[in-house]
Amino acid sequence: MMMPRILLFWWWVLLAPWPLLVWSADPTLRGTGDLGVIIERSVGRALIVNTSSNSIINRVDGLGDLSHASVVFSRDQRYAYVFGRDGGLSKVDLLRGTLEKRVIQGGNSIGGAISQDGRLVAVANYDPGGLKVFAADTLEPVADIPAAYGDGKLSKVVGIVDLPGDRFIYSLFDADQIWIVDLRDPKSPKVEKFSNIGKAPYDGLVTPDSRYYLAGLFGEDGIALLDAWQPQQGVQRILANYGRGEEKLPVYKMPHLRGWAVAGHQVYLPAIGRHEVLVADTIHWKETARIPVRGQPVFVVARPDGRQVWVNFAFPDNGFVQVIDTLSGQIVQTLEPGKAVLHLEFTPRGEAVWISARDDNKVLVYDTADFNKLAELPAESPSGIFFTSRAHRIGF
Amino acid sequence: MQHLVATHPRRRWFSLSPPNTKPSRVGVFFLTGVRIGLAVLALGGLGSGPLALAQEPPAPPWERTRELIRMVRQDCGSCHGLTLRGGLGPALLPETLRDKPPAGLKYTILLGRSGTAMPPWKPFLSEAEADWIVAQLLRGFPEEPK
Repeated sequence: MMMPRILLFWWWVLLAPWPLLVWSADPTLRGTGDLGVIIERSVGRALIVNTSSNSIINRVDGLGDLSHASVVFSRDQRYAYVFGRDGGLSKVDLLRGTLEKRVIQGGNSIGGAISQDGRLVAVANYDPGGLKVFAADTLEPVADIPAAYGDGKLSKVVGIVDLPGDRFIYSLFDADQIWIVDLRDPKSPKVEKFSNIGKAPYDGLVTPDSRYYLAGLFGEDGIALLDAWQPQQGVQRILANYGRGEEKLPVYKMPHLRGWAVAGHQVYLPAIGRHEVLVADTIHWKETARIPVRGQPVFVVARPDGRQVWVNFAFPDNGFVQVIDTLSGQIVQTLEPGKAVLHLEFTPRGEAVWISARDDNKVLVYDTADFNKLAELPAESPSGIFFTSRAHRIGF
Repeated sequence: MQHLVATHPRRRWFSLSPPNTKPSRVGVFFLTGVRIGLAVLALGGLGSGPLALAQEPPAPPWERTRELIRMVRQDCGSCHGLTLRGGLGPALLPETLRDKPPAGLKYTILLGRSGTAMPPWKPFLSEAEADWIVAQLLRGFPEEPK
Protein backbone atom coordinates (compact mmCIF):
# COMPACT_ATOMS: atom_id res chain seq x y z
CA MET A 1 0.00 0.00 0.00
CA MET A 2 2.81 2.41 0.97
CA MET A 3 5.32 1.19 -1.59
CA PRO A 4 3.93 2.86 -4.65
CA ARG A 5 3.72 6.12 -2.75
CA ILE A 6 7.39 5.88 -1.72
CA LEU A 7 8.37 5.01 -5.25
CA LEU A 8 6.40 7.96 -6.48
CA PHE A 9 8.21 10.16 -3.97
CA TRP A 10 11.65 9.04 -5.15
CA TRP A 11 10.57 9.34 -8.74
CA TRP A 12 9.75 13.00 -8.14
CA VAL A 13 12.99 13.64 -6.27
CA LEU A 14 15.41 11.82 -8.55
CA LEU A 15 13.95 11.50 -11.99
CA ALA A 16 11.48 14.26 -12.59
CA PRO A 17 14.08 17.11 -12.56
CA TRP A 18 16.19 15.46 -15.26
CA PRO A 19 14.59 17.14 -18.25
CA LEU A 20 15.10 20.48 -16.53
CA LEU A 21 18.79 19.77 -15.90
CA VAL A 22 19.34 18.62 -19.45
CA TRP A 23 17.52 21.67 -20.78
CA SER A 24 19.56 24.10 -18.73
CA ALA A 25 22.81 22.50 -19.87
CA ASP A 26 21.80 23.10 -23.47
CA PRO A 27 20.97 26.81 -23.78
CA THR A 28 18.40 27.98 -26.25
CA LEU A 29 19.95 28.63 -29.64
CA ARG A 30 19.73 32.19 -30.88
CA GLY A 31 21.23 34.57 -33.42
CA THR A 32 22.85 37.92 -32.68
CA GLY A 33 21.52 40.07 -35.52
CA ASP A 34 19.09 41.89 -33.25
CA LEU A 35 21.54 42.45 -30.41
CA GLY A 36 23.56 45.49 -29.48
CA VAL A 37 25.64 47.17 -26.83
CA ILE A 38 24.97 50.25 -24.72
CA ILE A 39 27.89 51.88 -22.92
CA GLU A 40 27.36 52.92 -19.31
CA ARG A 41 30.17 55.44 -19.33
CA SER A 42 30.60 56.23 -15.65
CA VAL A 43 30.76 52.62 -14.44
CA GLY A 44 32.78 51.00 -17.20
CA ARG A 45 30.04 48.58 -18.11
CA ALA A 46 28.33 47.46 -21.31
CA LEU A 47 24.68 46.47 -21.45
CA ILE A 48 23.81 43.85 -24.01
CA VAL A 49 20.41 44.63 -25.48
CA ASN A 50 17.87 42.99 -27.73
CA THR A 51 16.18 45.26 -30.29
CA SER A 52 13.35 42.81 -31.00
CA SER A 53 12.13 42.69 -27.42
CA ASN A 54 13.43 46.17 -26.45
CA SER A 55 15.14 44.75 -23.42
CA ILE A 56 18.46 44.45 -21.61
CA ILE A 57 19.61 40.83 -21.68
CA ASN A 58 23.00 41.03 -19.98
CA ARG A 59 25.61 43.24 -18.34
CA VAL A 60 29.36 43.07 -18.79
CA ASP A 61 31.56 44.83 -16.24
CA GLY A 62 35.23 45.65 -16.08
CA LEU A 63 35.68 47.58 -19.31
CA GLY A 64 37.68 50.40 -17.70
CA ASP A 65 37.32 54.12 -18.37
CA LEU A 66 34.55 54.51 -20.94
CA SER A 67 34.18 58.31 -20.77
CA HIS A 68 34.68 58.09 -24.50
CA ALA A 69 33.97 54.73 -26.05
CA SER A 70 33.24 53.24 -29.40
CA VAL A 71 32.44 49.74 -30.60
CA VAL A 72 32.90 47.59 -33.71
CA PHE A 73 31.58 44.07 -34.25
CA SER A 74 33.05 40.83 -35.54
CA ARG A 75 31.66 39.75 -38.89
CA ASP A 76 29.79 36.86 -37.26
CA GLN A 77 28.13 39.50 -35.05
CA ARG A 78 29.02 37.54 -31.94
CA TYR A 79 31.77 39.72 -30.50
CA ALA A 80 31.85 43.43 -29.70
CA TYR A 81 35.22 45.17 -29.60
CA VAL A 82 35.01 48.08 -27.18
CA PHE A 83 37.56 50.91 -27.43
CA GLY A 84 37.84 52.78 -24.13
CA ARG A 85 39.30 56.11 -23.15
CA ASP A 86 42.04 54.49 -21.07
CA GLY A 87 43.51 52.71 -24.08
CA GLY A 88 41.67 49.51 -23.23
CA LEU A 89 40.55 47.21 -26.03
CA SER A 90 37.94 44.73 -24.79
CA LYS A 91 36.40 41.79 -26.62
CA VAL A 92 32.90 41.04 -25.37
CA ASP A 93 31.00 37.85 -26.15
CA LEU A 94 27.39 38.91 -26.79
CA LEU A 95 26.00 35.37 -26.53
CA ARG A 96 27.66 34.44 -23.25
CA GLY A 97 27.57 37.97 -21.87
CA THR A 98 31.20 37.78 -20.85
CA LEU A 99 34.39 39.76 -21.23
CA GLU A 100 36.44 37.38 -23.31
CA LYS A 101 39.69 39.35 -23.39
CA ARG A 102 40.97 42.80 -22.56
CA VAL A 103 44.28 44.49 -23.34
CA ILE A 104 45.55 47.95 -22.44
CA GLN A 105 47.14 48.89 -25.72
CA GLY A 106 47.79 52.60 -25.26
CA GLY A 107 47.40 55.46 -22.83
CA ASN A 108 44.41 57.16 -24.34
CA SER A 109 42.38 56.08 -27.33
CA ILE A 110 39.48 57.49 -29.29
CA GLY A 111 38.11 54.66 -31.39
CA GLY A 112 38.86 51.97 -33.87
CA ALA A 113 37.81 49.97 -36.87
CA ILE A 114 37.69 46.37 -38.07
CA SER A 115 39.12 45.24 -41.40
CA GLN A 116 37.02 44.14 -44.37
CA ASP A 117 37.81 40.46 -43.73
CA GLY A 118 37.21 40.84 -40.00
CA ARG A 119 40.70 39.64 -39.06
CA LEU A 120 42.28 42.90 -37.91
CA VAL A 121 41.13 45.41 -35.32
CA ALA A 122 42.84 48.81 -35.51
CA VAL A 123 42.82 51.27 -32.62
CA ALA A 124 43.30 55.02 -33.07
CA ASN A 125 45.24 56.51 -30.18
CA TYR A 126 45.65 60.01 -28.83
CA ASP A 127 48.47 58.95 -26.57
CA PRO A 128 50.86 57.74 -27.80
CA GLY A 129 49.56 59.24 -31.05
CA GLY A 130 49.23 56.56 -33.68
CA LEU A 131 47.57 53.39 -34.82
CA LYS A 132 47.87 49.96 -33.24
CA VAL A 133 46.58 46.87 -34.97
CA PHE A 134 45.53 43.60 -33.34
CA ALA A 135 44.43 40.15 -34.43
CA ALA A 136 40.66 40.11 -33.99
CA ASP A 137 40.56 36.58 -32.57
CA THR A 138 43.36 36.75 -29.99
CA LEU A 139 43.95 40.52 -29.56
CA GLU A 140 47.66 39.82 -30.10
CA PRO A 141 49.49 42.89 -31.46
CA VAL A 142 50.09 42.81 -35.20
CA ALA A 143 51.35 46.27 -36.17
CA ASP A 144 52.23 49.62 -34.59
CA ILE A 145 52.20 52.74 -36.74
CA PRO A 146 53.12 55.91 -34.82
CA ALA A 147 51.56 59.08 -36.27
CA ALA A 148 54.88 60.89 -36.49
CA TYR A 149 55.07 64.26 -38.19
CA GLY A 150 57.35 67.30 -38.30
CA ASP A 151 60.42 66.70 -36.17
CA GLY A 152 59.21 63.44 -34.70
CA LYS A 153 56.17 64.65 -32.78
CA LEU A 154 53.20 62.29 -32.54
CA SER A 155 49.74 63.42 -33.57
CA LYS A 156 46.43 62.39 -32.09
CA VAL A 157 44.65 60.08 -34.51
CA VAL A 158 40.95 60.62 -35.29
CA GLY A 159 38.33 59.52 -37.79
CA ILE A 160 39.52 55.97 -38.46
CA VAL A 161 37.44 53.82 -40.81
CA ASP A 162 38.04 50.67 -42.82
CA LEU A 163 38.64 50.59 -46.55
CA PRO A 164 38.45 47.46 -48.71
CA GLY A 165 41.59 45.33 -48.88
CA ASP A 166 42.77 45.35 -45.27
CA ARG A 167 43.27 49.09 -45.38
CA PHE A 168 42.38 51.77 -42.87
CA ILE A 169 42.08 55.51 -43.44
CA TYR A 170 42.36 58.10 -40.69
CA SER A 171 43.26 61.71 -39.91
CA LEU A 172 45.97 63.32 -37.81
CA PHE A 173 44.42 66.04 -35.65
CA ASP A 174 47.69 67.82 -34.86
CA ALA A 175 49.39 67.32 -38.21
CA ASP A 176 46.60 68.23 -40.67
CA GLN A 177 47.13 64.98 -42.56
CA ILE A 178 45.17 61.98 -43.82
CA TRP A 179 46.89 58.58 -43.89
CA ILE A 180 45.90 55.36 -45.63
CA VAL A 181 47.59 52.28 -44.23
CA ASP A 182 47.64 49.03 -46.20
CA LEU A 183 47.98 45.96 -43.95
CA ARG A 184 47.77 43.22 -46.50
CA ASP A 185 51.21 42.28 -45.24
CA PRO A 186 50.85 43.24 -41.56
CA LYS A 187 54.61 42.85 -40.97
CA SER A 188 55.37 45.69 -43.35
CA PRO A 189 52.44 48.12 -43.44
CA LYS A 190 52.42 50.52 -46.37
CA VAL A 191 51.41 54.08 -45.48
CA GLU A 192 50.25 56.70 -47.95
CA LYS A 193 50.18 60.24 -46.53
CA PHE A 194 48.28 63.33 -47.60
CA SER A 195 49.43 66.64 -46.12
CA ASN A 196 47.89 70.09 -45.69
CA ILE A 197 44.40 68.68 -45.86
CA GLY A 198 42.98 71.54 -43.71
CA LYS A 199 43.33 72.67 -40.13
CA ALA A 200 42.66 70.26 -37.26
CA PRO A 201 40.60 67.38 -38.67
CA TYR A 202 38.38 66.21 -35.79
CA ASP A 203 36.65 63.12 -37.23
CA GLY A 204 36.09 61.34 -40.49
CA LEU A 205 33.74 59.10 -42.43
CA VAL A 206 33.70 57.00 -45.54
CA THR A 207 30.67 56.87 -47.82
CA PRO A 208 28.83 53.51 -47.81
CA ASP A 209 30.40 52.57 -51.17
CA SER A 210 33.87 53.08 -49.57
CA ARG A 211 34.76 55.60 -52.24
CA TYR A 212 34.94 59.00 -50.53
CA TYR A 213 36.63 59.77 -47.23
CA LEU A 214 35.52 63.01 -45.59
CA ALA A 215 37.40 64.64 -42.73
CA GLY A 216 35.57 67.35 -40.80
CA LEU A 217 37.79 70.31 -39.93
CA PHE A 218 37.71 72.00 -36.58
CA GLY A 219 40.27 74.71 -37.33
CA GLU A 220 38.56 76.10 -40.40
CA ASP A 221 35.24 76.06 -42.23
CA GLY A 222 35.14 73.17 -44.64
CA ILE A 223 35.50 69.44 -45.15
CA ALA A 224 38.50 67.61 -46.63
CA LEU A 225 37.47 65.11 -49.31
CA LEU A 226 39.61 62.25 -50.64
CA ASP A 227 38.50 59.94 -53.45
CA ALA A 228 39.80 56.62 -52.11
CA TRP A 229 39.28 55.04 -55.51
CA GLN A 230 41.65 57.60 -57.05
CA PRO A 231 43.78 58.80 -54.17
CA GLN A 232 46.42 60.09 -56.59
CA GLN A 233 44.04 62.97 -57.33
CA GLY A 234 44.72 64.24 -53.82
CA VAL A 235 42.57 65.94 -51.21
CA GLN A 236 40.08 68.60 -52.22
CA ARG A 237 38.10 70.99 -50.06
CA ILE A 238 34.32 71.01 -50.02
CA LEU A 239 31.84 73.29 -48.25
CA ALA A 240 34.70 75.79 -47.90
CA ASN A 241 33.93 78.92 -45.94
CA TYR A 242 30.49 77.67 -44.89
CA GLY A 243 30.63 80.08 -41.97
CA ARG A 244 30.81 83.01 -44.42
CA GLY A 245 33.45 84.65 -42.24
CA GLU A 246 31.04 85.00 -39.31
CA GLU A 247 32.39 84.43 -35.80
CA LYS A 248 31.70 80.84 -34.86
CA LEU A 249 29.96 79.96 -31.61
CA PRO A 250 31.95 78.27 -28.87
CA VAL A 251 31.93 74.49 -29.34
CA TYR A 252 31.14 72.56 -26.15
CA LYS A 253 31.25 69.13 -27.75
CA MET A 254 32.99 67.85 -30.85
CA PRO A 255 30.63 66.49 -33.49
CA HIS A 256 30.98 62.88 -34.65
CA LEU A 257 31.04 61.65 -38.23
CA ARG A 258 30.33 58.23 -39.72
CA GLY A 259 28.85 56.80 -42.90
CA TRP A 260 25.37 57.41 -41.50
CA ALA A 261 25.76 60.99 -42.79
CA VAL A 262 24.81 59.79 -46.27
CA ALA A 263 21.13 59.64 -47.20
CA GLY A 264 20.47 58.79 -50.84
CA HIS A 265 22.71 61.05 -52.93
CA GLN A 266 23.09 63.69 -50.24
CA VAL A 267 25.39 63.98 -47.25
CA TYR A 268 24.22 65.70 -44.04
CA LEU A 269 27.00 67.17 -41.91
CA PRO A 270 27.18 69.09 -38.64
CA ALA A 271 28.39 72.68 -39.00
CA ILE A 272 31.08 73.51 -36.44
CA GLY A 273 30.12 76.43 -34.21
CA ARG A 274 26.80 76.98 -35.98
CA HIS A 275 23.23 75.90 -35.40
CA GLU A 276 23.07 74.31 -38.82
CA VAL A 277 23.18 71.02 -40.68
CA LEU A 278 25.05 71.35 -43.98
CA VAL A 279 23.83 69.38 -46.99
CA ALA A 280 25.93 68.55 -50.06
CA ASP A 281 25.34 66.24 -53.01
CA THR A 282 27.61 63.20 -53.23
CA ILE A 283 28.26 63.51 -56.97
CA HIS A 284 29.59 67.04 -57.37
CA TRP A 285 30.10 67.68 -53.64
CA LYS A 286 28.47 71.11 -53.82
CA GLU A 287 26.40 72.59 -51.02
CA THR A 288 22.73 72.03 -51.77
CA ALA A 289 21.12 73.29 -48.56
CA ARG A 290 21.72 74.28 -44.98
CA ILE A 291 19.09 73.50 -42.41
CA PRO A 292 18.76 75.66 -39.28
CA VAL A 293 18.45 73.48 -36.17
CA ARG A 294 17.98 73.84 -32.39
CA GLY A 295 21.66 73.89 -31.42
CA GLN A 296 25.12 72.78 -32.52
CA PRO A 297 24.75 69.32 -34.03
CA VAL A 298 26.82 66.45 -32.60
CA PHE A 299 25.37 63.38 -34.32
CA VAL A 300 23.59 63.84 -37.66
CA VAL A 301 22.36 60.36 -38.50
CA ALA A 302 20.31 59.19 -41.46
CA ARG A 303 17.71 56.50 -40.88
CA PRO A 304 18.93 53.44 -42.83
CA ASP A 305 16.43 54.13 -45.65
CA GLY A 306 17.61 57.75 -45.86
CA ARG A 307 14.12 59.23 -45.56
CA GLN A 308 14.83 60.93 -42.23
CA VAL A 309 17.89 62.45 -40.60
CA TRP A 310 17.98 62.66 -36.80
CA VAL A 311 20.11 65.25 -35.03
CA ASN A 312 21.23 65.70 -31.43
CA PHE A 313 23.07 68.68 -29.99
CA ALA A 314 25.95 69.89 -27.87
CA PHE A 315 25.59 71.36 -24.39
CA PRO A 316 23.53 73.41 -23.55
CA ASP A 317 20.93 72.22 -26.12
CA ASN A 318 21.57 68.55 -25.39
CA GLY A 319 18.03 67.85 -24.21
CA PHE A 320 16.65 68.02 -27.74
CA VAL A 321 16.52 65.77 -30.78
CA GLN A 322 15.26 66.99 -34.14
CA VAL A 323 14.14 65.07 -37.19
CA ILE A 324 14.73 66.32 -40.72
CA ASP A 325 12.53 65.02 -43.53
CA THR A 326 14.94 64.53 -46.43
CA LEU A 327 12.28 65.04 -49.11
CA SER A 328 11.25 68.49 -47.95
CA GLY A 329 14.47 69.44 -46.17
CA GLN A 330 12.33 70.61 -43.22
CA ILE A 331 12.36 69.73 -39.56
CA VAL A 332 9.28 67.61 -38.96
CA GLN A 333 9.71 66.77 -35.29
CA THR A 334 11.42 68.10 -32.18
CA LEU A 335 11.66 65.68 -29.28
CA GLU A 336 12.83 66.14 -25.70
CA PRO A 337 13.75 62.57 -24.80
CA GLY A 338 15.59 63.46 -21.58
CA LYS A 339 18.52 65.28 -20.06
CA ALA A 340 21.86 65.18 -21.87
CA VAL A 341 21.11 63.15 -24.97
CA LEU A 342 24.47 61.70 -25.99
CA HIS A 343 23.81 59.31 -28.83
CA LEU A 344 21.23 57.66 -31.03
CA GLU A 345 21.23 54.45 -33.05
CA PHE A 346 18.70 53.02 -35.49
CA THR A 347 17.59 49.41 -35.50
CA PRO A 348 18.96 47.58 -38.56
CA ARG A 349 16.19 48.69 -40.90
CA GLY A 350 15.23 51.82 -39.02
CA GLU A 351 11.70 51.23 -37.71
CA ALA A 352 12.91 52.33 -34.29
CA VAL A 353 15.64 54.53 -32.86
CA TRP A 354 17.33 54.16 -29.48
CA ILE A 355 18.37 57.36 -27.72
CA SER A 356 20.57 57.65 -24.62
CA ALA A 357 19.74 60.34 -22.04
CA ARG A 358 22.80 60.41 -19.78
CA ASP A 359 21.53 62.61 -16.96
CA ASP A 360 18.15 60.86 -16.75
CA ASN A 361 19.89 57.47 -16.56
CA LYS A 362 17.74 55.96 -19.25
CA VAL A 363 17.63 54.85 -22.85
CA LEU A 364 14.49 55.59 -24.85
CA VAL A 365 13.17 53.73 -27.85
CA TYR A 366 11.05 55.66 -30.37
CA ASP A 367 9.00 54.54 -33.32
CA THR A 368 10.45 56.48 -36.26
CA ALA A 369 7.17 56.50 -38.20
CA ASP A 370 4.92 58.18 -35.61
CA PHE A 371 7.52 59.32 -33.02
CA ASN A 372 5.75 57.48 -30.20
CA LYS A 373 7.86 56.20 -27.35
CA LEU A 374 8.00 52.40 -27.45
CA ALA A 375 10.14 51.64 -24.42
CA GLU A 376 12.26 53.12 -21.69
CA LEU A 377 15.22 51.19 -20.27
CA PRO A 378 17.19 52.06 -17.13
CA ALA A 379 20.92 52.57 -17.65
CA GLU A 380 23.59 54.32 -15.61
CA SER A 381 24.88 57.41 -17.45
CA PRO A 382 24.29 55.78 -20.84
CA SER A 383 26.37 57.07 -23.76
CA GLY A 384 27.07 55.19 -26.98
CA ILE A 385 24.57 52.71 -28.47
CA PHE A 386 25.87 50.21 -31.03
CA PHE A 387 23.87 47.53 -32.82
CA THR A 388 25.39 44.45 -34.46
CA SER A 389 24.07 45.52 -37.87
CA ARG A 390 27.21 47.69 -37.98
CA ALA A 391 29.20 44.48 -38.53
CA HIS A 392 28.18 44.42 -42.18
CA ARG A 393 28.45 48.08 -43.04
CA ILE A 394 31.62 49.48 -44.62
CA GLY A 395 33.00 52.29 -42.51
CA PHE A 396 31.54 51.12 -39.18
CA MET B 1 36.09 61.91 13.58
CA GLN B 2 32.84 63.08 12.12
CA HIS B 3 32.10 65.11 15.22
CA LEU B 4 35.45 66.77 14.89
CA VAL B 5 34.71 67.79 11.32
CA ALA B 6 31.23 68.96 12.09
CA THR B 7 32.47 71.39 14.68
CA HIS B 8 35.61 72.39 12.88
CA PRO B 9 35.62 76.15 12.34
CA ARG B 10 36.61 75.78 8.69
CA ARG B 11 33.98 73.17 8.06
CA ARG B 12 32.17 75.19 5.39
CA TRP B 13 35.14 75.18 3.09
CA PHE B 14 35.27 71.44 3.04
CA SER B 15 31.72 70.33 3.52
CA LEU B 16 29.72 69.77 0.39
CA SER B 17 26.45 69.97 2.28
CA PRO B 18 24.43 73.19 2.21
CA PRO B 19 24.43 75.25 5.35
CA ASN B 20 21.06 75.25 7.13
CA THR B 21 19.50 72.39 5.23
CA LYS B 22 18.93 68.89 6.35
CA PRO B 23 20.65 66.41 4.08
CA SER B 24 18.31 63.90 2.48
CA ARG B 25 18.17 60.37 3.86
CA VAL B 26 19.84 59.06 0.71
CA GLY B 27 22.51 61.73 0.86
CA VAL B 28 23.54 61.08 4.44
CA PHE B 29 25.64 58.03 3.69
CA PHE B 30 27.46 59.80 0.89
CA LEU B 31 27.90 62.99 2.89
CA THR B 32 29.36 61.08 5.77
CA GLY B 33 31.85 59.52 3.40
CA VAL B 34 32.70 62.87 1.87
CA ARG B 35 33.11 64.50 5.28
CA ILE B 36 35.43 61.79 6.48
CA GLY B 37 37.36 61.98 3.23
CA LEU B 38 37.58 65.75 3.42
CA ALA B 39 38.54 65.58 7.07
CA VAL B 40 41.50 63.44 6.10
CA LEU B 41 42.37 65.96 3.39
CA ALA B 42 41.99 68.81 5.84
CA LEU B 43 44.13 67.21 8.50
CA GLY B 44 46.77 66.34 5.92
CA GLY B 45 46.66 69.86 4.53
CA LEU B 46 46.77 71.64 7.89
CA GLY B 47 50.17 70.20 8.59
CA SER B 48 51.66 71.50 5.36
CA GLY B 49 50.17 74.98 5.24
CA PRO B 50 47.18 76.42 7.05
CA LEU B 51 47.55 79.69 5.15
CA ALA B 52 46.87 78.04 1.82
CA LEU B 53 43.73 76.57 3.31
CA ALA B 54 42.58 79.93 4.54
CA GLN B 55 42.60 81.18 0.94
CA GLU B 56 40.35 78.39 -0.32
CA PRO B 57 37.46 79.84 -2.29
CA PRO B 58 34.15 79.10 -0.57
CA ALA B 59 32.09 76.26 -1.96
CA PRO B 60 28.90 77.25 -3.78
CA PRO B 61 25.58 76.06 -2.30
CA TRP B 62 25.19 72.28 -2.23
CA GLU B 63 22.83 71.95 -5.19
CA ARG B 64 25.05 74.12 -7.34
CA THR B 65 28.14 72.25 -6.16
CA ARG B 66 26.56 69.03 -7.38
CA GLU B 67 25.84 70.64 -10.74
CA LEU B 68 29.41 71.92 -11.03
CA ILE B 69 30.90 68.54 -10.18
CA ARG B 70 28.67 66.94 -12.78
CA MET B 71 29.49 69.61 -15.35
CA VAL B 72 33.25 69.21 -14.90
CA ARG B 73 33.14 65.41 -14.86
CA GLN B 74 30.70 65.03 -17.76
CA ASP B 75 30.93 68.09 -20.00
CA CYS B 76 34.58 69.02 -19.48
CA GLY B 77 35.06 65.26 -19.43
CA SER B 78 33.92 64.92 -23.03
CA CYS B 79 37.31 66.34 -24.06
CA HIS B 80 39.43 65.92 -20.91
CA GLY B 81 38.05 62.48 -19.94
CA LEU B 82 35.69 61.56 -17.09
CA THR B 83 38.74 60.77 -15.00
CA LEU B 84 40.28 64.05 -16.20
CA ARG B 85 43.32 62.13 -17.45
CA GLY B 86 43.03 63.84 -20.81
CA GLY B 87 41.56 63.19 -24.23
CA LEU B 88 41.41 65.69 -27.06
CA GLY B 89 42.16 68.20 -24.30
CA PRO B 90 45.04 67.84 -21.83
CA ALA B 91 44.87 66.06 -18.47
CA LEU B 92 43.44 68.12 -15.58
CA LEU B 93 45.12 66.31 -12.72
CA PRO B 94 46.85 68.01 -9.77
CA GLU B 95 50.26 66.88 -11.02
CA THR B 96 49.70 68.30 -14.51
CA LEU B 97 48.27 71.61 -13.27
CA ARG B 98 50.54 72.19 -10.28
CA ASP B 99 52.97 74.49 -12.09
CA LYS B 100 50.31 76.62 -13.70
CA PRO B 101 49.12 79.81 -11.97
CA PRO B 102 45.54 79.42 -10.67
CA ALA B 103 44.49 82.76 -12.18
CA GLY B 104 45.55 81.53 -15.61
CA LEU B 105 43.55 78.34 -15.14
CA LYS B 106 40.52 80.33 -14.05
CA TYR B 107 40.62 82.56 -17.12
CA THR B 108 41.21 79.58 -19.40
CA ILE B 109 37.97 78.14 -18.02
CA LEU B 110 36.04 81.39 -18.29
CA LEU B 111 37.36 82.72 -21.58
CA GLY B 112 38.58 79.62 -23.40
CA ARG B 113 41.81 79.50 -25.42
CA SER B 114 41.68 80.84 -28.92
CA GLY B 115 43.33 78.66 -31.51
CA THR B 116 42.43 75.53 -29.55
CA ALA B 117 39.23 73.55 -28.99
CA MET B 118 38.79 75.02 -25.46
CA PRO B 119 35.57 77.06 -25.41
CA PRO B 120 34.71 79.84 -22.94
CA TRP B 121 32.51 78.62 -20.07
CA LYS B 122 31.67 82.14 -18.90
CA PRO B 123 28.01 81.88 -19.97
CA PHE B 124 27.54 79.04 -17.47
CA LEU B 125 29.88 79.96 -14.60
CA SER B 126 30.51 82.87 -12.23
CA GLU B 127 34.08 83.92 -11.44
CA ALA B 128 33.71 82.56 -7.90
CA GLU B 129 32.56 79.21 -9.28
CA ALA B 130 35.55 79.10 -11.63
CA ASP B 131 37.82 79.82 -8.65
CA TRP B 132 36.23 76.97 -6.76
CA ILE B 133 36.65 74.59 -9.73
CA VAL B 134 40.34 75.52 -10.08
CA ALA B 135 40.91 74.90 -6.36
CA GLN B 136 39.24 71.49 -6.60
CA LEU B 137 41.21 70.55 -9.73
CA LEU B 138 44.46 71.44 -8.00
CA ARG B 139 43.73 69.14 -5.10
CA GLY B 140 42.08 66.35 -7.10
CA PHE B 141 38.55 66.88 -8.35
CA PRO B 142 35.72 65.29 -6.32
CA GLU B 143 33.84 62.31 -7.73
CA GLU B 144 30.19 62.64 -8.59
CA PRO B 145 27.87 61.62 -5.76
CA LYS B 146 25.94 58.45 -6.56
